Amino acid sequence: MPNALSVVIDALPYLLQGSLLTVGIVIAAMSLGLIIGTFMAVGLVYGNKIVRYLLTVYLWIFRGVPVVVLLFLFYFGIFNFLGLQFSAFTAVTIVLGMITGAYQANIFRGAILSLPQGQFKAASGLGMTDGQAIQSIILPQILRISIPAWSNEFSIILKDSALAFVIGAPEIMARTQFVASRTYQHLSMYITAGIIYFILTWAGVMALRKLEQHVHIPGYSYNGNQ
Amino acid sequence: MNNRHAILKCTDISKSYGNQTILSDVSVELAKGEIKVLIGPSGGGKSTLLQCINCLVVPDSGEITMEGQRIDLSRKQDLYRLRQQVGMIFQDFNLFDHLTALDNITIALRKVKKLNKVEAKERALLELDQVGLADKASLYPAQLSGGQKQRVAIARALAMDPKILLLDEPTSALDPTLIGEVIAVIKGLAVKGMTMIMATHQISLISNIADEILFMEKGRIVEHGTPAMLLGCGNDSRSQTFCDKLNDLSATEG
Repeated sequence: MPNALSVVIDALPYLLQGSLLTVGIVIAAMSLGLIIGTFMAVGLVYGNKIVRYLLTVYLWIFRGVPVVVLLFLFYFGIFNFLGLQFSAFTAVTIVLGMITGAYQANIFRGAILSLPQGQFKAASGLGMTDGQAIQSIILPQILRISIPAWSNEFSIILKDSALAFVIGAPEIMARTQFVASRTYQHLSMYITAGIIYFILTWAGVMALRKLEQHVHIPGYSYNGNQ
Repeated sequence: MNNRHAILKCTDISKSYGNQTILSDVSVELAKGEIKVLIGPSGGGKSTLLQCINCLVVPDSGEITMEGQRIDLSRKQDLYRLRQQVGMIFQDFNLFDHLTALDNITIALRKVKKLNKVEAKERALLELDQVGLADKASLYPAQLSGGQKQRVAIARALAMDPKILLLDEPTSALDPTLIGEVIAVIKGLAVKGMTMIMATHQISLISNIADEILFMEKGRIVEHGTPAMLLGCGNDSRSQTFCDKLNDLSATEG
């Protein structure tokens, strides 16, 4: 076992560099997904028939096809076909962003539908345009409500990002596999990778819980018993 | 009433959902300073009529004229312009839950009237003071009582300088002990000459401040007239019968 330990210790800086890349992928993908998801949710609720139809098609494609298939399809297929020379990092970020965008759209759509209709009516009644009402009244409320579900989505995307290794992005999983296959320390290396993913998930979820408390509306209960 | 110039004219407003008719050919006019009260059984179309007046519910047919200008119901810009001139008070307040009492008022001043932060805050504080809530400016809706919420909602509507105020059962969601404070604010508005049309079951508002009572049933105005005409002694109008019932109710509730 001393050999296993020393391999892990030697590999740790190399793995942690990979975690930076993983964190980068996740933050960028979640941000892209936030933008896509917000616009999509607004379109799904307030858009006309054509907009709603197109967005629903998008939703079905990105929810209905496995991440790996989408990754290969875009990296080797669509991006190539369009003549786009993306690095593995960029490609993974965009594809994961589009996938989580679809899931986030549904999270936000549910939140919009859960708001009392009177909120939009009151804004309209004051003379706000639909855009102003959505921007200043609807979105600030639904984004708050959505943080718990969003944190769930974050933890899923963080782990999905491990699939980036299949197209050669040098993130945690790719580096772990590289070291493990050369040192034959599979057990200890994959345990280490698992622990790193676990810690990243935990830290992110905790940070989002802090955010939730920070933007909490005074007087509203968020523990169910206050 | 007829010699006064009408600010708002709604002619032959109809609205139906599916094959259920909510409003059929309802016409209402409001002159400056006039107060009309809508009464009648629930489901009679009072709420829908009010929401049709500022096009929160766009009528299927009919014509709305604001100060001589006809509103094109198919043009969003026209609807926005109409709503900026017509304030609305809802039964369940509809304060913006994520904003303080103050910001509930400043948000539309800044977005719609394009006031800067300082001007908006000044105006909002003035309106809060008018409804006696200057000291609650920094509280969120969830921290206010029902009566306070409704007063903030009234302040919010008044800050936009509406030419007309629509009130949709402003006291119906309130605890009986809190109704008084809201009624006092509404009566204050009446004294100041605010033009209002209001659905209410509050006898004191109906008989004291109404210039005209409109009795609605099954999507039509079936009876209208001054409170003296409709509620006078020995009258057997629908309105009289209805108000007697309301009176009996409040008497038994004690």
